[in-house]
Amino acid sequence: MLVTDAYGQESAPAADGGQGGEAPADAGHVAGTEVPHEGGHGEASFPPFDSTTFPSQILWIAITFGLFYMFLKRVIMPRLGGILEVREARIAQDIDQANKMKGDADAAVAAYEQELAAARANANTIGQKASDDAKAEADAKRKSIEAGLGQKLAEAEARVAKIKDAAMQDVGSIAEETAAAIVAALGGKSAKADVAAAVKSVRS
Amino acid sequence: MATPDKVDPIHQFHINKLVDLHVGGFDVSFTNSALFMVVTLVVASAFLLLATSSRALIPSRLQSVAEMSYEFVANMLRDAAGKQGMKFFPLVFSLFMFVLVANLLGMFPYFYTVTSQIIVTFFLAMVVILTVVVYGFYKHGLHFLKLFVPSGVPAILLPLVVAIEIISFLSRPISLSVRLFANMLAGHITLKVFSGFVVSLSALGTVGIAGAVLPLGMAVALTGLEFLVAFLQAYVFAVLTCMYLNDAVHPGH
Repeated sequence: MLVTDAYGQESAPAADGGQGGEAPADAGHVAGTEVPHEGGHGEASFPPFDSTTFPSQILWIAITFGLFYMFLKRVIMPRLGGILEVREARIAQDIDQANKMKGDADAAVAAYEQELAAARANANTIGQKASDDAKAEADAKRKSIEAGLGQKLAEAEARVAKIKDAAMQDVGSIAEETAAAIVAALGGKSAKADVAAAVKSVRS
Repeated sequence: MATPDKVDPIHQFHINKLVDLHVGGFDVSFTNSALFMVVTLVVASAFLLLATSSRALIPSRLQSVAEMSYEFVANMLRDAAGKQGMKFFPLVFSLFMFVLVANLLGMFPYFYTVTSQIIVTFFLAMVVILTVVVYGFYKHGLHFLKLFVPSGVPAILLPLVVAIEIISFLSRPISLSVRLFANMLAGHITLKVFSGFVVSLSALGTVGIAGAVLPLGMAVALTGLEFLVAFLQAYVFAVLTCMYLNDAVHPGH
């Protein structure tokens, strides 16, 4: 009995809705839409096409969507846009900084290499100089030692010559004496000057 | 309750009044549909507010989702309508988010699918079309009517082409709203029908329970599909909005 009651109420506004306006059909239809189990017989009772609910739905969608739009426009979009902008700026800045740092690092490497080359050249010159100095010193020492040795050699030679001369002179006098003795022993008489001349001629 | 057709696939779309309200002869009662519009508003706003509250340089997962949807819609609009179209970004973004959240909320059991109401989708479509028309005339004056006169068409064909263009323009709000509405409605009805099969088959005993496996599998698969459709329809709505807005920004073809 409840079902038939509801169906009866449903069919009346269904015809009403089909004929025309939304304004006349209100009170009767309220009961119709509230009946939950009615099988969906009438076409006008198909809920999405039930025009009596339209004013309410339009009003509420306008309110809710309008609020949503305003909220997004005023609060969310500036916020999200700001977040993305800040991030982009930060990334660009970081890339800039990284590039700058890379430039610094490159410059540092170049400076280091230049310094290294300079130090190496410096070391070479110092080594060269030291070796040259050492060589020159050694040369000088060797020369002085050689000079000293030469001098000593000359002195020694002079002494040998002197000794030899002295010896030779001695040899001359000994030979004269010996020759005079030999001549005397042979029974001859000899002049001292002759013997000396003979000895001299032999020696020379 | 004893009636055999207790599984009524249309029942989920019924509008129930929660608070009776009448203003100036209009019935503007707060219904379950209105309740879920408010739920959509609150959920979408709370999500966006929460996700962006930390304003982190390195985004959290939640913030990534908010940023991704923001950039997704921004790129969509920039591709379709160019730089000048970006002034409509708040509109397109809020449309996309509202429709997406409403569609996804409809996937919860016992939740009302706001976008399965033709009047709701029609309202959203009219917001777009009216924006296009008002901005078009405001920005370009009567040049906006060039939209209906494509260049390079022979004079003889021009009346026909103009008629076609006008009809296609007028059908835009209808196609835009019916597409979303019909997709959501049909998807939910199909889900309900297959779930109904499961219930009524399993009432038939062992054989019925064995047979109910098939519609159950279908219901599971359809649920996955419906999530895809929920996203896809929000995307399609936003893309078409972008393309229509392009007409307002650049009326000449």
